[in-house]
Amino acid sequence: MLRYAARRLLFSIPTLLVISFIVFALLDLAPNDPTAQLPLTIPPETRQTIRESLGLGQPFHVRYFRWLTQFMAHEPLNLAERMWGVEIGNSAGRLRVRSWSTRAPVVDLIAARLPQTLTVVGVSYLVAVLIAVPVGVFSAYRQYSVFDHIGTFVTTVGFSVPTFFTGTVLIVVFSVTLGWLPSIYDTTHRVTDFGSFVYQVRQMVMPVMVLGLFNAAQLSRFTRSAVLDNLNQEYVRTARAKGLTEPVVILVHVLRNSLIPVVTVIALGLPSTFAGAIITEQIFRINGVGQLLIGAIESADIPTVQTVTFIFAVLIVVFNLLADLLYGVLDPRIRYD
Amino acid sequence: MTDAVPSLGARHRSLARDVWQQFWRHKGALVGAAVFTLIATAVLFGSVIHGVDPQYLDYKAKNQGMSLAHPMGTDNLGRDLFARVLAGGRLSLAVGIAAMVLSLTLGTCVGVLAGFFQRLDGPLMRLTDLFLALPVLPLLLVSIMLFRDPLRSVLGPEVGIFVLIVAVIGITSWMQTARIVRGEVLAVKQREFVLAARSVGTRPHRIIVRHLLPNALSPITVSATLGIAQAIITESALSFLGLGFPSDFPTWGRLLYDGVPFLGLTPARVIWPGLAISLTVLSINYMGDGLRDAMDPRVRRR
Repeated sequence: MLRYAARRLLFSIPTLLVISFIVFALLDLAPNDPTAQLPLTIPPETRQTIRESLGLGQPFHVRYFRWLTQFMAHEPLNLAERMWGVEIGNSAGRLRVRSWSTRAPVVDLIAARLPQTLTVVGVSYLVAVLIAVPVGVFSAYRQYSVFDHIGTFVTTVGFSVPTFFTGTVLIVVFSVTLGWLPSIYDTTHRVTDFGSFVYQVRQMVMPVMVLGLFNAAQLSRFTRSAVLDNLNQEYVRTARAKGLTEPVVILVHVLRNSLIPVVTVIALGLPSTFAGAIITEQIFRINGVGQLLIGAIESADIPTVQTVTFIFAVLIVVFNLLADLLYGVLDPRIRYD
Repeated sequence: MTDAVPSLGARHRSLARDVWQQFWRHKGALVGAAVFTLIATAVLFGSVIHGVDPQYLDYKAKNQGMSLAHPMGTDNLGRDLFARVLAGGRLSLAVGIAAMVLSLTLGTCVGVLAGFFQRLDGPLMRLTDLFLALPVLPLLLVSIMLFRDPLRSVLGPEVGIFVLIVAVIGITSWMQTARIVRGEVLAVKQREFVLAARSVGTRPHRIIVRHLLPNALSPITVSATLGIAQAIITESALSFLGLGFPSDFPTWGRLLYDGVPFLGLTPARVIWPGLAISLTVLSINYMGDGLRDAMDPRVRRR
């Protein structure tokens, strides 16, 4: 197991390197000029100086390796320094990935946006799991019942209807017509007392539900089929023959075995939920990482786009690894060597 | 034993017939097929009955509700929404089908090559894994931002963006098909009839086209169906983020995006295109479910 984990970890390094190269090279092809939006009165020599100050004068491979070391070595060191309050080497002289439009380090920009995204994505994923698992288990237990038929229909609708449509319909109903919930998510809002907590809940209801129900639809279909696979197994018959009560058979014996594949799917689905949050953030005007990416794309802020895109790739690779390892830990029948 | 033969029935049982019978029994798939046919017919031939130009500006009739002249109302420039939804549907479906064809071709090629030629299996599957690890939505947005203007100047505004969106969706969605086809090819390759074909000197490309592909047809069909739905959703998501088709040649996603600022005034501008996307995708998904059941021999024999 440990050897397998180490090998998988080693394999993910070249994958990440290739992805970082693709992301960097694709954006480097951009016919964008970062000085294009500056006033026309600036003489060409000054423009050239500005370009060079942004690090553009050098050949491709120099810039690629500089970005890679900045992202892979300098930023983790900065992060470690901030977390433990120690100074490692010459931290002031360390170059950082800087945004072209704000001139601030990109990682700081992301760190400022991350809490909002994490709150919405985390809570919605939790809601999704809490809805999906009971619905999936009950649908499978009462296969072909009215509940199962309705559940299957609702989940099919749930993942066929795109989030940007459900989101806007919810805004039309609850914000425009009824006026119950705010349609714009206020990220400057701080929870200090009960009243402000209620406001926070009210502004989170719609984004969390939109993202959560979409994920719940996929997860509950998966849970249903996993439970169905297990219900016909011999050990379930044995458990019933022993005289165990139905709740024990289902909730202890069947559920534990069915959740093995479900847990890995939950881990695999998390990165795409972050990507889905790009759209949700756009609907509800949440000032998160997704909005940072969209804004950076619109203003051709290449370093920010490169870094955020690469972080999404890191998330995918890390959670794929996690899912594989979890599968091995949870299911002792799986042997990797 | 011999008298059992005529009782099998006078009619010949073919795979297509079996599949059709199973599909017919799947009520959801049937309703899905009916709804999809209805939408496709409306989108293709609707302009014959509702002959309003989707680009015609009528300022006096702006922001109207539903009426006999404008069944879905009008937008802030007085354009007829129904005509625009019909025109947008043509574009949305065209993008969905073209992107599906591209991704299916890529996926089938990679899958067949990886499954059939041992030497290529490793590299091609690593490539598939790599593509699966790419963050698709950010990369789609980025590549559209980068190549939109160059392609538009070469191919013209409408064709340029169409080619770009179809290409980026196709290139980032072939991986599932490749994996499924590879698995199928690996399984069929071991069977005796392939060995027989090889032993009489059939060339590899003949084996692939005559023996392997027909046997892998059912999973390819299913992933083709679901691929259309996925492509339509992806395209409308891109348009919703403002990086898809321009407002002059709107798809359903772009119509929805254009309607969002007028949510309080004319919610119909969001509801109708959104409903069109959702119904299309839902009906295609049901058709895919039915096809999968119909083509799965374990289900069919029951």
